[in-house]
Amino acid sequence: MSIMSEPSASGRFGSFGGRYVPETLVPACEELEAAFREAWAEPAFRAELDGLLRDYAGRPSPVTEAKRLSEQLGCRVLLKREDLNHTGSHKINNVLGQALLARRMGKTRLLAETGAGQHGVATATAAALFGMECVVYMGEVDMDRQSLNVFRMRLLGAEVRPALSGSRTLKDAVNEAMRDWVGTVENSHYCLGSALGPHPYPWMVREFHRVIGEESRAQCALLLDGGTPDVIAACVGGGSNAIGIFSGFADTDAELVGVQPAGGASIGHGSPGIVHGMVSYLLQDEWGQVEEALSISAGLDYPGVGPEHSHLEEIGRARYETVTDAEVVDAFLLLSRTEGIIPALEPAHAIAWMSRERASLEGQTVLVCLSGRGDKDVAQMMDVLGADVSTGRGR
Amino acid sequence: MSATTVTATATPVPPAPLAIGPFEARLRAARAEGRKLLVPYVTGGLGADWCEIVRAAAAAGADAIEIGIPFSDPVMDGPTIQQASDRALRSGATPQSVLDSLRTIDAGVPLAVMTYANIAFHAGWERFASQLHDANVAAAILPDLPLDEAGDWCVAADEHSVETVLLAAPTAPDERLPRICERSRGFVYAVGLLGVTGARESLAASALVIARRLKLVTDKPLLVGVGIGSPAQAVEVCASADGVVIGSVVVQRMLEGGGPEGVAALVREYRTALDSHEW
Repeated sequence: MSIMSEPSASGRFGSFGGRYVPETLVPACEELEAAFREAWAEPAFRAELDGLLRDYAGRPSPVTEAKRLSEQLGCRVLLKREDLNHTGSHKINNVLGQALLARRMGKTRLLAETGAGQHGVATATAAALFGMECVVYMGEVDMDRQSLNVFRMRLLGAEVRPALSGSRTLKDAVNEAMRDWVGTVENSHYCLGSALGPHPYPWMVREFHRVIGEESRAQCALLLDGGTPDVIAACVGGGSNAIGIFSGFADTDAELVGVQPAGGASIGHGSPGIVHGMVSYLLQDEWGQVEEALSISAGLDYPGVGPEHSHLEEIGRARYETVTDAEVVDAFLLLSRTEGIIPALEPAHAIAWMSRERASLEGQTVLVCLSGRGDKDVAQMMDVLGADVSTGRGR
Repeated sequence: MSATTVTATATPVPPAPLAIGPFEARLRAARAEGRKLLVPYVTGGLGADWCEIVRAAAAAGADAIEIGIPFSDPVMDGPTIQQASDRALRSGATPQSVLDSLRTIDAGVPLAVMTYANIAFHAGWERFASQLHDANVAAAILPDLPLDEAGDWCVAADEHSVETVLLAAPTAPDERLPRICERSRGFVYAVGLLGVTGARESLAASALVIARRLKLVTDKPLLVGVGIGSPAQAVEVCASADGVVIGSVVVQRMLEGGGPEGVAALVREYRTALDSHEW
């Protein structure tokens, strides 16, 4: 089996993945798998999705040469601009695909979890576009730190319900969405926002984000005389933007680097566990109770990781690094001031890693997936940096 | 206890052992006497008196007790059992502490453990099955381990004489139900409604439908759980089923501080209602 192809019949990437869901949801997962398999092989479905991605989401997204940042770091930095998509992040790729599938399966209600709110906004957007009902679960803590996105979702007609259990962040929003789905599976589609969960989600979500990798591959070939970058870097919480961009370069010599928050580094600090329908690396205590992740970025505040990332680590095809919240804040300022691009805190993790590792990256070409724009984080960063950031860090 | 060597494979689910296990035999015998089966659920580690509550529930007429080992992320549970799990975990309950208590509880009825797959997976399927056996646990219910993923667990559980109870849900197509029933040991756990655990105001129509569908394909004891909120609902569903599992109503009583007497009174209400009905 070649790298990053289809998972096994039981939904496994190596020893990770699977479908560990309540019995009530098994038929829905099977139906979704069959619908996706059929649709994905159908030119008419692909054409409809491609049309939406082009005319509605604004694809292809450009690759930008980050010249001033490159000068500063001593490596050549290319940015895949997923921040320029409609709704401000890569999340729209997956959501448009799943919304089309939901309609095809006759579902009238979209359910989603969201951390930073980007996936929730994208789902609310697709629901508006397709005339569907939309309910988004969001941890109470995240509703607080991402209040702008909460308002955006409500503007779009979605109902935002707080997840009040556990750490009241992304993990708990997934729990609430799954509980809702157990009760509403007949009319609702769970539009899961990352490359995680029970089979077929990790595979399906990767395929919907494969467009990031495929476009990048072609765009880099033009910039690099037919070559590929030396390094592909992307942030990893659940890992959807990373899995999308990695998929375009799995069969090349490019080094694949996933950057996790230090407080949510399930790969490295976790061990295999079962939660949210899959076996994957998981932060857990000695008894198997899931531990809370802690990150400045609501979108990466997740104690698990998509199963294919666990597999890529297992076989050594990708490596997974961590950066601290403080490094992320510096990177947020660095990109803003060198390139005039305010990144979301999530992709600022990838920038932070590159900035820290500049010595070992000297002379190399690094493609970074800039998965989203930072508007949503501005209020939070005002608290962190103070309203007067005109001087000091980041230059 | 390192879990890093544990890997998940999609081991084919082995056929259930031909011999009926002692837990199932006991439930069958009770049914044969015309008795409707009553299985209350108690969250292990919830309050200092939870073991007394288990004994009181048994004495009040339970045929078996389901013991919840609390898990941090119980996706099949509604607010009541979530709150109970959370409270038990915060007071220090662990799988080990719950099982240690069960070993010496001597409730007089069989015990079935209900927990989530990761608790067993993290310990190691084999090791967890062995721990259950050592704690005198007769059966296990893992609600996020559906038939298709249950292979490794079933091998270990069969080996250690732990009977694995499988759930059957209203969403299952007809072809799936016989496969679930064939592999389920102890009893078949029919999920009464589309939704997570928690008492509802009235019995869902789906409870009777799933019970009737299952009765067509199995003669194993058939208990309906999820959403049973009153003795009258228990009686209503037992027109088509062999018994009921009552969880959230029991746990609610525990959370309210009802103690052993309060839970015993509740169980007695269900027992009396089931026994006084003409079947």
